[in-house]
Amino acid sequence: MEFFERFAIPHPSAPIYASMVAIGLTVIAIVAGLTYFKKWGYLWREWLTTVDHKRIGIMYLISALLMLFRGGVDAIMMRSQTAIPENTLLDAQHYNEVFTTHGIVMIIFMAMPFIYALMNFVVPLQIGARDVAFPRLNALSFWLFFMGAMLFNISFVIGGSPDAGWTAYFPLAGNEFSTSVGTNYYALALQIAGLGTLMSGINFIVTILKMRAPGITLMKMPMFTWSALTANVIVVFAFPVLTVALIMMTMDRLFGTHFFATTNGGMDMLWANLFWVWGHPEVYILILPAFGVYSEVISTFARRNLYGYKSMVASMVGISFLSFLVWTHHFFTMGQGALTNSIFSVTTMAIAIPTGIKIFNWLFTMWKGKIEFTVPMLYAVGFIPIFTIGGVTGVMLAMASADYQYHNTMFLVAHFHYTIIPGVVFAMIAGLTYWWPKMFGFMLNERIGKWAFWFIAISFNVTFFPMFFTGLDGQARRMYTYSEATGFGPLNMLSFIGALGLAVGFALIAYNVYYSTRYASRNISADPWDARTLEWATQSPVPAYNFAITPQANSSEAFWDAKKKGHELFKGEVQKIHMPSNSGVPFIMSCIFFIWGFSFVFSLWIPAILATIGIFICMAQRSFERDPGYYISVKEIKETESKLRGA
Amino acid sequence: MKWNWAILSSIFTIITVLTGCNNKLMVLDPKGPQAQTQADVIMISIWTMSIIVAAVFILLVIMLVKYRASKQPADYEPPHIEGSKLVESICIGIPVIIVIFLSVITIQSNEQVETTPKGYEGQKPLVVYASSSDWKWHFSYPEENIETVNYLYIPTDRPLEFKLYSYGPITSFWIPQLGGQKYAMSDMVNTLHLAADVPGEYMGRNANFSGKGFAENTFDVKAMPQDEFEKWVEEVKATAKPLTQEKFDELLDPGHLGRLTYTGTHLDFSPAPEGENGEHHMMPSHTEHSAMAE
Repeated sequence: MEFFERFAIPHPSAPIYASMVAIGLTVIAIVAGLTYFKKWGYLWREWLTTVDHKRIGIMYLISALLMLFRGGVDAIMMRSQTAIPENTLLDAQHYNEVFTTHGIVMIIFMAMPFIYALMNFVVPLQIGARDVAFPRLNALSFWLFFMGAMLFNISFVIGGSPDAGWTAYFPLAGNEFSTSVGTNYYALALQIAGLGTLMSGINFIVTILKMRAPGITLMKMPMFTWSALTANVIVVFAFPVLTVALIMMTMDRLFGTHFFATTNGGMDMLWANLFWVWGHPEVYILILPAFGVYSEVISTFARRNLYGYKSMVASMVGISFLSFLVWTHHFFTMGQGALTNSIFSVTTMAIAIPTGIKIFNWLFTMWKGKIEFTVPMLYAVGFIPIFTIGGVTGVMLAMASADYQYHNTMFLVAHFHYTIIPGVVFAMIAGLTYWWPKMFGFMLNERIGKWAFWFIAISFNVTFFPMFFTGLDGQARRMYTYSEATGFGPLNMLSFIGALGLAVGFALIAYNVYYSTRYASRNISADPWDARTLEWATQSPVPAYNFAITPQANSSEAFWDAKKKGHELFKGEVQKIHMPSNSGVPFIMSCIFFIWGFSFVFSLWIPAILATIGIFICMAQRSFERDPGYYISVKEIKETESKLRGA
Repeated sequence: MKWNWAILSSIFTIITVLTGCNNKLMVLDPKGPQAQTQADVIMISIWTMSIIVAAVFILLVIMLVKYRASKQPADYEPPHIEGSKLVESICIGIPVIIVIFLSVITIQSNEQVETTPKGYEGQKPLVVYASSSDWKWHFSYPEENIETVNYLYIPTDRPLEFKLYSYGPITSFWIPQLGGQKYAMSDMVNTLHLAADVPGEYMGRNANFSGKGFAENTFDVKAMPQDEFEKWVEEVKATAKPLTQEKFDELLDPGHLGRLTYTGTHLDFSPAPEGENGEHHMMPSHTEHSAMAE
């Protein structure tokens, strides 16, 4: 009996039991559906074993959207709990779990896969490559991320969710104060997903540096590719810190070490430092690709080349460098003294300079342009004012003396939502809408898309603007309730109303996907937006080999030049194309990683050892396997091309 | 586009009205020199940042109104513009000047909030050891030799030196109207310099998430003139029970407590983690190592 007790939820409640039933039914429905429609083979051949960057991108996308709704439900629960004073909808424990998972799900399992979805799909196409440098590693990256996400998500029905905040500060996250397995899930799920991200980082750096088509010099890369390169350089420098910190956390929690636990000389401040040495660069990993998306979208729909290309590149490189020099601003109040705080205040404010350059360059890209307000452009245009508010409040927070008053308050919560939502979420929806026709061969409905935009943009401000005020009025973040005497009630109610509006906006996006899948015309050109970069030069949806003939570029807007200036993109004859073969190993290995993680969470040592052996067997298999890949014949390419062109 | 701005401005109005119903926002209603410094810094930064916000908003509106496709002739082809050194230098130059300006203010004020408040330098500070446990605050007055739980009496017009530490997770000691917060941790002592100018009752709380009882982890602060404060100390000494080690261990148990008052402090038997008692000095392995090295 004792063995099974550990799997029980420490704080069960009716909604959790309901979710258990719902999860069980969904799994049964999926398995039954796949069997009934005989889709197991299709699923295995076309998706689970694929190494195609486009399919991996789409799988990242689906995961990100699912996680967006999971994190969104957490958000709605939080805002409804705090909508009125002394609400009893959630108890303290449940609320703590909800805000912890909201943070982790949104950052690690929503924003990260979303940027990798777009990077996977777009980067190889923008540089005229056939795939990423290491296609099988790419599949492993995705499946590790996916299994990490699944491991994290089962926590709330098996054993209990983490409840020490997404920052998991010690000693709160240590065994003494977090007795459930929740924080073990945190350590292991992030570890597995983080390994995947680190591999992606290496993969994309090599892809961008080594696999560009002829003519694409570094300074002729489209801006989204530049943003991907800088973001992945940050990944490679930042994620090892997380990996090590999480190992230390796991050791503390499972094997009785004292790296962070404050007894026997452990150092809680070490965790805070390591966490933010990774955590601050992490937010720039998210924002830089978003900047890349906006650069593409604004330049496309202003019908103009990007203003100040060189300063755009320089500012991104500058931001990625500075992102490693500011982590202490997350704990100005830890007592490191005026000198240290001043140094980090100045480095933090310095980030505003390259970011400001980007904002002004986007504005000047619209100058003398011919602006069309399509859905992606609406998000880009909405991003500029909202993100500016997020940015300037960031400068305010950077002033350490004043930060003593903002720290840990709703002001901070308002600030980072004002940067992350327009900066990442808006960009991802913009990018999704923009590249959707390239991914699926039809466009999302503009009318529903615009409704969704207005709901999201307005509700966003209704939700988060009041928090600047409640923060300055003394409302600390992460409080599950407050008394009526505090006077926080009305503004929190306003936030709740805004959150409902946001929910409507995101539901409209989901409805748009359904509606457009059913009714949108499949008869669209390969270049429906009249865009400028190489990914629009191939067919929609993109064939497996990407380009029948490797394109030749002359500028960062080679496709535009081909359309307007007579630049010849495709020279020469179609030749047979070498492609990497599919493999089930990444999926199998990630499944073993899932078992490995689960066993560690519950200290089940025999399965943990077996899983470890399994992981090494998978690696050995790869080392000894001969994989020559395969060729797509000229005949087949020509057939595919004429079929897609005819469509 | 037009109704967009109409909605945004109506949001602003609603919020102004809603907040107008309350009194002034706590952080911007300072009752002590440190909170005053911080409120000043906040207001300066808000005004400075408004320049940037206004510049971006105005430029954006101009671009959107002037260069929208519907206003251009159908055959208009936007020109290719590489970027101009002059314009980009201005876009870098102005933010650089603003950042330098704010940096100077920050560095000065960082120094101010980390030292005895201006105008209070000559006076002997009242030292209070403020320690947190799940989910309470213990205030030890070593010189007065008394201790309270969950409430804090302080004299006005006298510098206050809080020595912060924790008997559990990291917490953050915060009295918004007297000044910003600082962490209380179990392995070191932080010092927070505050002072109160105005007698009155203020809200104090732990601002850093510390588990289940975090939301209710608050304390009451009452600032009063020095003579009244002394009278209160005398009264406590005459009426309150002594704090024993046993009693203190009981107080440390996780939970919530009301206001409690004792004579004596826990510092005698459970000293703060500073100096020789610092966690990083007590490590047995550490001392062994240094012994071996010698």
